Amino acid sequence: MTNAVEQESIKVIVFQLADKEYAIPVSHVQGIEKLMHITRVPKTAKYVKGVINLRGVVTPIVDLRERFELPVSEHEETTRIIIISLEDMEVGFVVDSANDVLDIPADSIEPQPEVVGSLEEDFISGVAKIDKRLLILLHLEKVLNPLK
Amino acid sequence: MEVNQYLEMFIEESKDHLQACSEHLLELEKNPDDLAIVGEIFRSAHTLKGMSATMGFEDLADLTHKMENVLDAIRNEKIHVSPEILDVVFESVDHLEEMVMDIANGGDGKRDVSSTVAQLKRIELGEYAIPEVVATTETPVTAVTSVLEYDSFEQTVISQSTEQGFNAFEISVRLREDCLLKAARVFMVFEILEKDGDVIKSNPSVEKLEDEQFDQQFSVAFVTKESAEDMKNKIMKVSEVEEVLVATLGTPVTAVASVLEYDSFEQTVIAQSAEQGFNAFEISVKLREDCLLKAARVFMVFEILEKDGDVIKSYPSVEKLEDEQFDQQFSVALVTKESAEDMQKKIMKVSEVEEVIVATIEQKQHSEKEPAIQEVAATATVEVEAQPATTPEKNNAAPTPAKAPAPAKTDKSHAPVGNKTIRVNIERLDILMNLFEELVIDRGRLQSIATEVNHGELNETVERMSRVMGDLQTIILTMRMVPVETVFNRFPKMIRQLSRDLNKKINLEIIGAETELDRTVIDEIGDPLVHLIRNSVDHGIENPTARRAKGKPEEGTVVLRAYHSGNYVFIEIEDDGAGINREKVLAKAISKGIVTQEQSYSMSDKQINELILASGFSTADVISDVSGRGVGLDVVKTTIESLGGNISIESTQDVGSIFSIQLPLTLSIISVMLVEIEKEIYAIPLSSIIETSIIRSSEIMNAHNQKVIDFRGKVVPLVFLEEIFEVPRKEPQDDEFHSVVIVRKGEKLAGLVVDSFIGQQEIVLKSLGNYLTNIFAISGATILGNGKVALIVDCNALIK
Repeated sequence: MTNAVEQESIKVIVFQLADKEYAIPVSHVQGIEKLMHITRVPKTAKYVKGVINLRGVVTPIVDLRERFELPVSEHEETTRIIIISLEDMEVGFVVDSANDVLDIPADSIEPQPEVVGSLEEDFISGVAKIDKRLLILLHLEKVLNPLK
Repeated sequence: MEVNQYLEMFIEESKDHLQACSEHLLELEKNPDDLAIVGEIFRSAHTLKGMSATMGFEDLADLTHKMENVLDAIRNEKIHVSPEILDVVFESVDHLEEMVMDIANGGDGKRDVSSTVAQLKRIELGEYAIPEVVATTETPVTAVTSVLEYDSFEQTVISQSTEQGFNAFEISVRLREDCLLKAARVFMVFEILEKDGDVIKSNPSVEKLEDEQFDQQFSVAFVTKESAEDMKNKIMKVSEVEEVLVATLGTPVTAVASVLEYDSFEQTVIAQSAEQGFNAFEISVKLREDCLLKAARVFMVFEILEKDGDVIKSYPSVEKLEDEQFDQQFSVALVTKESAEDMQKKIMKVSEVEEVIVATIEQKQHSEKEPAIQEVAATATVEVEAQPATTPEKNNAAPTPAKAPAPAKTDKSHAPVGNKTIRVNIERLDILMNLFEELVIDRGRLQSIATEVNHGELNETVERMSRVMGDLQTIILTMRMVPVETVFNRFPKMIRQLSRDLNKKINLEIIGAETELDRTVIDEIGDPLVHLIRNSVDHGIENPTARRAKGKPEEGTVVLRAYHSGNYVFIEIEDDGAGINREKVLAKAISKGIVTQEQSYSMSDKQINELILASGFSTADVISDVSGRGVGLDVVKTTIESLGGNISIESTQDVGSIFSIQLPLTLSIISVMLVEIEKEIYAIPLSSIIETSIIRSSEIMNAHNQKVIDFRGKVVPLVFLEEIFEVPRKEPQDDEFHSVVIVRKGEKLAGLVVDSFIGQQEIVLKSLGNYLTNIFAISGATILGNGKVALIVDCNALIK
């Protein structure tokens, strides 16, 4: 019984962006870092904030607020960089805060509602409702796609 | 197990030797009378032969041996060098290379080289190679009733098969006179044969049989597990077969009146020694009946024998002799330079020896007949010294890897003196490099800490450490550098072959072969270069008639040039051929949908030239097997770009083309000048920098919307990095003075305007990863002493 539940759930990292909560499968997350010095890289998309020195590895940083065209906010104490590893890329996402690690049952994931109506809908692979929280699952390939 | 240990070394060294062979062969072709060169080739071939036999690669050893025989004949002026002979030798070297490559790729190095072998054989016998002739002319030595004649390669196959319990038959099949479909019958017979065994040879050749170029009869040599009777019956079942004769093939007979029996390994030692001017004797020693210390006498006899030569075998075995497990008599086989008489006298001097009989060992039948095994002899001479007596139990194992220690030994004796090198796996160098990179970053950190703390002794230590690290770095980097020669040296042979294949006259000039490149790049550029050269030769250089018509010398020239420039190495392939026909290229590109008609109007000549690098492009009207089917050049482009380089083409119709490849040195540690713009730090590779300078605003001039300065009499355009890199400025800078870094790309200069210079530093090149690619004017990043990332400026992108 418990096995069955485990098989049908995925572990995700939950983070906050503006007023919404988003989720990324733990399997793609390399780590969560506090904000550090970012070196600007010229002539890149606006949402590419630059690169950081992640323990000797030069890692590009994407500001998710800007990626999703959300209003830009000042970086605060809670601001985090989530290091994502996708295929052969390593990229850091700047998020407002990293909140939680959750197991979401696979059956609670629904396709995205069509009424979201903002640019971010392209990047959504589905939504999950846990208790009263609505988690937006990101489609990482699409988030990272245009620069590939 | 022992083999694996030496395999890598074997492969590397084989390649070296083959390369040496090719080089010297080319040299020999130019100076056919210089026998010293033949000697060089012979030496390489000989070593290769020994090594491969020891490693158990018989085909390799066999072919090398054949080649060596030809070389030997040339050396002894029995035959004269001619292009035809060299063609065959080159072909052998090609086969050998293929075999070695096969071995390197995990194969067993087997390859069908019978036609080359046959040709070598003919040359050796003083006949020039005429590839079509199948019938061999050597004197038959095998089975009495043999219709077929076997060259030594085939003989080996036969003798080995018999050793492995196969029967070797010579089967003569006669078809009925009224047989209509002779080829079909032949086919059916072969089908039967090949189901039960292997056909080694046929007379007439299979090709001729298939073409029905025979009367009623044909013969095949065949190895099988079946009996003669069965085979006969089976073949008789084929319709229209009138008669089938099956004769057993005899294996070569061994020494005639010998007490000792020699296995093939020992025979080859004897044969080889004979070739080198040694005598082979069989010595029977009889001790007196009252001899008390038989073992001691044996020991003394052996001492004498081993002083003057090598004992190949003894009967009873040495162990038994030492244990006195023999009566009065024992026999040994010895190779020596001494005469029989001398040996006899010497041995007679040992007390209690009653009789010594020295007989010359007959070896006429093995000098040429067992080549596959003979190869072992080269290494075996070394072996024998270490292990004087071979026991009778040790028989056919000769060519198997049992002699692992030998390659090192043989090699040592052949290695050129004064070249003390070791081979290191490139992976280890990579690890070393990575570790060193870590160290460099820490050094940077340490340096900045030391500056902050400003402690005398700390400063001193850091400084000394930096100096040592500098030296260390130079060593590590140079360790990875390899001259492009290692890639270039295969091209002369290739050009030779191509010019013969295509009937074009081509002269290859190599310039700058000593230019060094990182090993990893070297490994990758070989294939692209082969492609480009083939392309130049095939599509570029015209045939002599066409060249004459154009008023060019008949002989086309291909120049292969390598040189350093800045942070890059350039390799150019220049030909004085037809050049690129841009109209044709455009038409083709449009027809293939690579570009549209509209696009084509706005394309520059250079862009059109580079269309030939697009995938799915081929302008050759006739597809030749030389430069592929148009899948090639785009692969070249991709490979070079994956190495961080790029390729460009300059071409003038009827004058020639230059393919220019730019490759990074891929030094992962480079010297840079750190500069500051606003608060951002950028690194400019020192190799691109000519000098730095401070200029006044008034010195800046305007030319066609481009700000320029007069730098030592040259007009140099200014590049404001602030603008290029869109550096955000809080307040506009309004300085009277500007800091300028003068950089170059080839001949062209540019002045990069920055806010200030920070200083020079060694940095570790880091990639920006796979997410950020193709960022304009940024070639990578590095980590500074304070842990922050600085970007490296790609000066080449800033200079048009």
